[in-house]
Amino acid sequence: MKRIREFAVLAAALALVVAACGDDSDGDGETLACDVGQIDGTTLNFYNWSEYMDPDLIAAFEAEFSVDVVESFYESNEAMLAQLQSGVAYDLVVPSDYMIKIMIDEGLLHALDKDALANYGNLAEDFRTQPYDPNGDYSVAYQYGTTGLGVNLEAVGEYFVESWALVFDPEITQHFAGGVSVLNDPRETMGAALEYLGYSLNDTTLEHLEEATQLIKDAKAYITTFDSDQYDENLVNGEVAVAHGYSGNMIVAMSEADDPDNFVYVLPEEGATLWIDNMAIPTVSNAPCTAHTFIDFLLDAENGAALTNWNYYGSPNEAATPFIEQEVVDFYAGTATANLEVITDTGDYEINFTDKLAEAKS
Amino acid sequence: MSAQGLRPNSPSERLLATNAWIVYAFFYAPILVLIVFSFNDNNNVGIWTEPSLRWYRDVLSNDAVLNAIKISVIVAVISTLVSTVLGTMAALSLERFRYRGQRAFDGLVYLPIIIPDVTMAVMLLLFFAQGFHFLDSALGFRPSFGVATISLSHIAFNISFVAVVVRARLGMMDPRLEEAAADLYASRWQTFRRVTLPLILPGVLGGALLALTLSLDDVVVTSFVAGPGATTLPVYVFGLVRRGVTPLINAISTLMLVASMVLVALSLGLQRTSRTRVTPVGDDQ
Repeated sequence: MKRIREFAVLAAALALVVAACGDDSDGDGETLACDVGQIDGTTLNFYNWSEYMDPDLIAAFEAEFSVDVVESFYESNEAMLAQLQSGVAYDLVVPSDYMIKIMIDEGLLHALDKDALANYGNLAEDFRTQPYDPNGDYSVAYQYGTTGLGVNLEAVGEYFVESWALVFDPEITQHFAGGVSVLNDPRETMGAALEYLGYSLNDTTLEHLEEATQLIKDAKAYITTFDSDQYDENLVNGEVAVAHGYSGNMIVAMSEADDPDNFVYVLPEEGATLWIDNMAIPTVSNAPCTAHTFIDFLLDAENGAALTNWNYYGSPNEAATPFIEQEVVDFYAGTATANLEVITDTGDYEINFTDKLAEAKS
Repeated sequence: MSAQGLRPNSPSERLLATNAWIVYAFFYAPILVLIVFSFNDNNNVGIWTEPSLRWYRDVLSNDAVLNAIKISVIVAVISTLVSTVLGTMAALSLERFRYRGQRAFDGLVYLPIIIPDVTMAVMLLLFFAQGFHFLDSALGFRPSFGVATISLSHIAFNISFVAVVVRARLGMMDPRLEEAAADLYASRWQTFRRVTLPLILPGVLGGALLALTLSLDDVVVTSFVAGPGATTLPVYVFGLVRRGVTPLINAISTLMLVASMVLVALSLGLQRTSRTRVTPVGDDQ
């Protein structure tokens, strides 16, 4: 999802030009007043990522509220942004963290009417406010995931430090058969190196980034691949001993492995990445109250659990926990105590992460 | 001509012949692997457990995928038909006539081939947004984004590709054939219908096939100009890849591969029958 960011910046900039000279009718920031369960449009245009929403939940919502949910799918936050900037009328969207901030700044999102969200209390306290939406006025967390390390216990041993040293310390990695794999993603991998050095993954000091670059260069002898697609399979196939990757892929790969007990997913003690996708209502929505009703529907404990049991991502819905499959609950149990950080947009500095990763790899 | 039927004798010739096979293997082995693994019963793409039709059942019982396939096919058919007609007309006008502004048009026709996808996508999005805004304020009628905007966008870039292919075919054609038809008092239309079109038909079909493929493939332009309820298959698949490749994608790709192979076979068949029909020109009139 981040790979496409460079081109999207150009696209977003261009789309902004239009937005500036075109629509002036959208009153951004106007306060909505909806009632619990209110329906103000019988069609709900829901714009989401592919395979992220349980079709049975959609059907249940349609039946309960006599609403027709029309689902459309996007492949990048940026394409979604461009569509909204052009005034295409979606009622509910699911942007990732950094994109929420961009959308708020551009006045593309309605402030939510929390009074219309009877189940808002089900949302875990930790997920109500985030750096990208400091008061939680515009977004409700949908699902989350982390970036951590998948470990092959047979290769690494039962006792190991849950640290980025598992991929960055040559003293340790030289003993691993097959070596280790790290993500081919500038923000994730440079971020991991920064955290290992004791900095924030959003650190924008160039000297710190230089240190991180040197760290990766020194560790490179035992880094088998910089890979964002196959790492989960390489791990369970035994080709690498430790893999840096996303929780969602790891849980699927490990559960399908011949010997699931041989693998664990850990979040390094120095800190790791947390990403959160959120539900938000665009100002172009024709049915903002129906959208509130839908958000409230998903905040229901059993519905929230059904969603997680379907897509296997972490649920920010605290009340849903008793209804979520134990395996998934266990997998995400570490998240609560871990030292996690959300990647924030660093604007013009962003290019340095890309350049430095390229330098470290070469 | 004489060398054509010879078998390779010298080691270097053998090497060349083997090379052809290696190149084929290089290109087609990955496709073969993908097809084999689409019948794999495992959530991981690269780990073989046992053969199963599970992913095909998944595709066929997944309403979102089926709807995306439907949208893709509708858009592909509309944009192929329209762009083939318009592209052929553009090629004919460039090859057969001289008119004011032709050189400029000649250059512009190729533009969509050169322009990066993203630029094209943003331009089209802006164009529709502004156009709809204007229509709304002038006529009080606001069209919405959807299948129509996607189709128009695909037509916009497909015309160029069709024109290039048809033009190449037209360039190879002997102009004396058309002159002969005119000498025999055939009207412009008759000449086109009975002589030109049959001769350039392989080019037209080739262009149409290219347009169809490009339309079925496009992600960037489509995701920018889509509207509620109008998600095409490639956009859907790209959204899936976000969390790693799943075998569902293998099954979808295999189905698309089979579909495009059927199309190629169909077009080859069509070209053959059209060729046999061209020969007895005499009976036609």
